[in-house]
Amino acid sequence: MEPVFAIVFGVMVAVAAYLLMSRNVLRIVLGLLVLGNAANLSIFIAGRLDSRVPPLVPEGETVLMGGANPLPQALILTAIVISFALVAFTVVLFQSAHRRLATLDADAMREAEPELQTTAGPMKSRRAEEPA
Amino acid sequence: MMSPHILLTLPILFPILGVAFCALFWSNKAVQRFISLIASFGLLGSALALTAAVYDGTVLATSFGDWDAPFGIVFVADMFAAAMVLITGIMAVAIGIYGLNGNIEPKENAFYHLLYQGLLLGVTGAFLTGDIFNLYVWFEIMLISSFGLLALGGTRAQLDAGVKYVTLNLIATTFFLITVGFLYGITGTLNMADLARVLPTLENQGLVTTLAVMFLMAFGSKAAVFPLFYWLPAAYHTASAPIVAIFAALLTKVGVYAIIRTFTLLFDGDAGYTGPIVAAIAIFTMVTGVLGAAAHFDIRRILSFHIISQIGYMLFGIAVATPLAVGGSILYVIHHIIVKANLFLIAGVIDRAGGSFDLKKLGGLYASLPMLGVLFLIPALSLAGLPPLSGFWSKFTVIKASLDAGHIVLAASGLLVGLLTLYSMLKIWNEAFWKAAPAGGTESVCDWQADRKTKLLMLTPIVSLAAITLAIGLFAEPFVDFSMRAGAQLLDKSAYIDAVIGPSHLAAEANP
Repeated sequence: MEPVFAIVFGVMVAVAAYLLMSRNVLRIVLGLLVLGNAANLSIFIAGRLDSRVPPLVPEGETVLMGGANPLPQALILTAIVISFALVAFTVVLFQSAHRRLATLDADAMREAEPELQTTAGPMKSRRAEEPA
Repeated sequence: MMSPHILLTLPILFPILGVAFCALFWSNKAVQRFISLIASFGLLGSALALTAAVYDGTVLATSFGDWDAPFGIVFVADMFAAAMVLITGIMAVAIGIYGLNGNIEPKENAFYHLLYQGLLLGVTGAFLTGDIFNLYVWFEIMLISSFGLLALGGTRAQLDAGVKYVTLNLIATTFFLITVGFLYGITGTLNMADLARVLPTLENQGLVTTLAVMFLMAFGSKAAVFPLFYWLPAAYHTASAPIVAIFAALLTKVGVYAIIRTFTLLFDGDAGYTGPIVAAIAIFTMVTGVLGAAAHFDIRRILSFHIISQIGYMLFGIAVATPLAVGGSILYVIHHIIVKANLFLIAGVIDRAGGSFDLKKLGGLYASLPMLGVLFLIPALSLAGLPPLSGFWSKFTVIKASLDAGHIVLAASGLLVGLLTLYSMLKIWNEAFWKAAPAGGTESVCDWQADRKTKLLMLTPIVSLAAITLAIGLFAEPFVDFSMRAGAQLLDKSAYIDAVIGPSHLAAEANP
């Protein structure tokens, strides 16, 4: 099973990389989402997929024998919650950026870093560009 | 003498309580300010106690929930970690006081103090944790707080900056998470002390080196090294002065801390391979940062690029990997945090007094505020590395270490970049303080002079931080000595591993 999962992981990272390199911020969010899930999958594979027995210690025993590895599951649970929260924040941020900057094109977002004017004339300051 | 458990828990307990109570009193700014300040002072006090406890070279460790290492999550404090927590405490108080001045109005909305404490929580946790996955969690706490702080004002520039900052940082932390997954896959453990024991015994050292490079990329983009620094100059200058000061002081330094920690504790086996890579990164980081600064006329953008350039010096320790170099890096981080935060705080005062961050619109400040000019020169010249200020000793140490080890190019770039740093600092000095005031620039100066309370709140932290810079410069001996001992402690991993896992495990490993 592990080679299959490893290939799936590779494909997901490739998809994420493709989406992240897009200029459209909506695709970037999707890329972040796919990348986050690829990371979770990598932890899952790292914990080995050799057992499908629930990781419960049987009565009378003190050591877990033959169960699935519970640690990656705990790690992934943590990571899922974190990446969910972060993507939710990102979506809201991108949406308000879209509303205020009136563009979805990451290349057109030059508000914070206006192109330096090499010829005469002072650089516009940030404050001057603030709408009233 | 407090138990290690309490000593290690208090520095994160204060920010946690700060976050919780700020959230509770979200509608009352006055109460929030009070809570935030108490929590910051609590952090400073507990950091002082922690540093005092590890000052003689002991390593404190504690595991949570009575799950012994390597299974439970551990907190560890050696001299380096404790020093970083202490400096976080100093910054928390200094910038916390500065932030009370209303400089961030109207941006001081219900969430400023909450996110400020959240940031401190993430940073402190990252310094103290001894578990690599836990480090990821603290990174995320730090990140989400910084996302919030950056976008707090909601201006167009901040939202634009936020898009880039959030995207690039999320990619970096996800990359970190993937690397942690791989590391777990080949070692079966996440405890850093246990990893330090297991990694050298693995058969496939090629995989270990690959992971080392992946960690370098993940932490490198946190630390804003070349060529992964683009999120920093895109974002920092849009935040208000206290926010950008705490960012500049702590965020990139957590990345540097993580690089130094992992490359001394986990991946020291193949320094011959990673050393030249890190040296090349350090050179490019220093040079691109300082050249980027030379191109700009906005004080905050100049200072932001100088953060990047200074990160290069902090990598000398890993590039050269001698005790002197690692100690020098530690001294550099400590010096840099104080100086850099202070410069951003002073930039805030310049904006208040001169009405702009743009050097072309400023001028004549030396005539109206001569004391501010002197206060600016202390951190500015320290950043450039002029004696007898703190920057001189830290630059001297890292450059001497690289010369001793035969890294001539590294040392030469360090010296050259120091010179270019001086150019940028003098540019700010000449433009903002020395040249004649442009027409119409006097109005806000009068406003600044009238408001005594604001003045006190803004200048007290600046004077204190400048005094610390002077103290490190004039009485360098104890600080250098501390850094050298901390560096030696980092390179000798046994104390760290003993404190976390216990010497019996080591002995069992040596004689299987």
